[in-house]
Amino acid sequence: MKPYFRFIFPALLAYVGMFTQALHAQDWIHTGSNLGNARIRIAAADFKSANEDPQTPSLKATFDTTLYNDLSTAGIFDLVSKSMIPQAVAGSPQEIHLQDWAAAPASAQMVAFGALSVSGGKVMVNGWLFDTANTANSQILTRQYNETASQEMARTIAHRFADEIILRLGGGINGIAETKIYFVSSRSGSKEIWAMDYDGQNQHPITRLGAISLSPRISPDNSRLAFASLGKDGWSIRMFSLDLGRMVSFTGGTAGGSNFSPAWSADGNKIAFSSARSGASEIWISDANGGGPKQITAFRKADVSPTWNPRTNAQLAFVSGRTGLPQIYTMDQDGSNVQRLTDGGYAISPSWSPNGQFLTFAWNRKYGPGDPGGQDIYVIDIASKRWMQLTHESGNNDFPFWAPDGRHIVFERAAGGHSEIWTMLADGTEQHPLTRSGNNFMPNWSWK
Amino acid sequence: MKYFNRLLVPVLLLASLAAVSGCKKKEKPAPPQAETAPMATAPAPTAQITATPTSISAGDQIVLSWRTTDADSVTIDGIGQVPSGGVKNVQPTSSTSYHLVARGPGGVAESTARVTVSGAPAVSAPTSGMSDDQAFHANVQDIFYDYDSADIRSDAQSTLSRDAAYLNSHPDIRFIIGGYCDERGSNEYNLGLGQNRAEAAKNALVNAGVSASRIRVISYGKEKPFCTQSTEDCWQQNRRAGFAIDK
Repeated sequence: MKPYFRFIFPALLAYVGMFTQALHAQDWIHTGSNLGNARIRIAAADFKSANEDPQTPSLKATFDTTLYNDLSTAGIFDLVSKSMIPQAVAGSPQEIHLQDWAAAPASAQMVAFGALSVSGGKVMVNGWLFDTANTANSQILTRQYNETASQEMARTIAHRFADEIILRLGGGINGIAETKIYFVSSRSGSKEIWAMDYDGQNQHPITRLGAISLSPRISPDNSRLAFASLGKDGWSIRMFSLDLGRMVSFTGGTAGGSNFSPAWSADGNKIAFSSARSGASEIWISDANGGGPKQITAFRKADVSPTWNPRTNAQLAFVSGRTGLPQIYTMDQDGSNVQRLTDGGYAISPSWSPNGQFLTFAWNRKYGPGDPGGQDIYVIDIASKRWMQLTHESGNNDFPFWAPDGRHIVFERAAGGHSEIWTMLADGTEQHPLTRSGNNFMPNWSWK
Repeated sequence: MKYFNRLLVPVLLLASLAAVSGCKKKEKPAPPQAETAPMATAPAPTAQITATPTSISAGDQIVLSWRTTDADSVTIDGIGQVPSGGVKNVQPTSSTSYHLVARGPGGVAESTARVTVSGAPAVSAPTSGMSDDQAFHANVQDIFYDYDSADIRSDAQSTLSRDAAYLNSHPDIRFIIGGYCDERGSNEYNLGLGQNRAEAAKNALVNAGVSASRIRVISYGKEKPFCTQSTEDCWQQNRRAGFAIDK
């Protein structure tokens, strides 16, 4: 990997340089999505092996790789390439020579370092974050972790330490390294609900219903997963308890008509969904157990895909075909104050940003007969209706969903006959796939 | 901005690929459920099936031709296990979807070929010797829609009056109207659109005297396509209301 990074780093530097200039036009998205316009230059040292246990090398390798990846994808750092970091391994504050890290070529403002050891089936990690410019009082944070020695815990400890650093240096916004992404996958034959870590690791099925299941939505407390499933009587909203490991009842979700596209309010007390129990597909809201369903919209054309404003819990965005092709609208939760946001084309799949300022959605601005359906991800500032295109000429993109840090967006990209889950920063940069197997759809990022 | 993305996205992709493969080498073997092992080694299967011609009269033959790669198990619904590639003559008596499924260590691939079988003029179709299903499909024909529309077209109106005539003369049959959409646009919006298509067909039949209590409506959106090619012909096949006996 080292020679590779030597080659790639000049390209990256050039990119960052050019990109900074191109940014001025898009300052609004950087400010609003917590990405900021100046990145902190940080180095993630390889941790020191503090003992000779046979498990130490492999757990340390997993820890080092995970910490590096977490910091490099956080969206707020300019991470020092591993080929440019000082050779001496420092396992404690006594062993680190900050001037070596501050000097070129590393030129790091911050250094994360520490030691990892395994004994008695436990892995112990001591981690520090130091400010290279402040020699008198350089320690910014220190953490100690002591967990069962396993690959999974080595990854988890790295995620926790990364999130501490991101919280401290990223304006008090929690990192997302311990969040999960739920999605639909047909890799086992039928469309089932799957889950994975935010970085694509640990992909595993949640449901095994053998039916078609769509639109997973995790509750804000991570305890329950709402989704839509096709049964003999059509589509119903179903509920899986992650605490109990089984399906639980959701009474309002099966009342006839197509019931689909559930969405949790941020307080976890309400679920909005689309239901055709009264004829056409309309937006309904029930309590979290499916009780007390109320119809919110009433238009002959389809109203689907609600998403709550997580900041207020009082507004919804949704998709409606009331004027022809589907467009994005917002409304108050009693159905009043309906506003149209998009000015044409085929606009679908809105997801509200955590701070309430933006929507991300999928848009085909040239949709029509014979059009192959090329579709891209956009972000729109709700107050000004200014929008920005995030994906360009790369397959068919849909179902963007905002990460809880406001900095990342996960989405579905179909290209070359395959549909996979991708992630990117909220300004459209750093796009990369999280799944590489089978067909995968409709990602949903957990709230924490 | 566009230029930078074109230049840099591949570079960043390569970087992330390198990071992932680099990390895998150092890891212990993944637990059985994790996705890492198969996705690194096994290529995903591919599957393609075609039917020629795609539209026949009852009694005619069609040729099914299929091809798969990287699959251990290949099946066609209604036919069963088949070789990884081949050609077969079949004689469907009603409109049929030939659904090809190829399973391999790298996943599952599917393809569907739809054959529309038109019977003799609907009301007077000979029904002796046909099963209930065959008689139903020969006389109650599916209708088709324009893109992003649930409006009943004029060609569909005449089909629906023949459908209603048969249904009114067979008042014991309860049936399902399925709403279908083409592959473009979102799964969720297409479920709403499919619902409206099926409801529109239901309303037309109810207006023609068919009791609403005999009818159930289910939207299949773009989840159960009759045809899986990305062509205008195929999209038209999939924008439909389909009728089936409710058993």
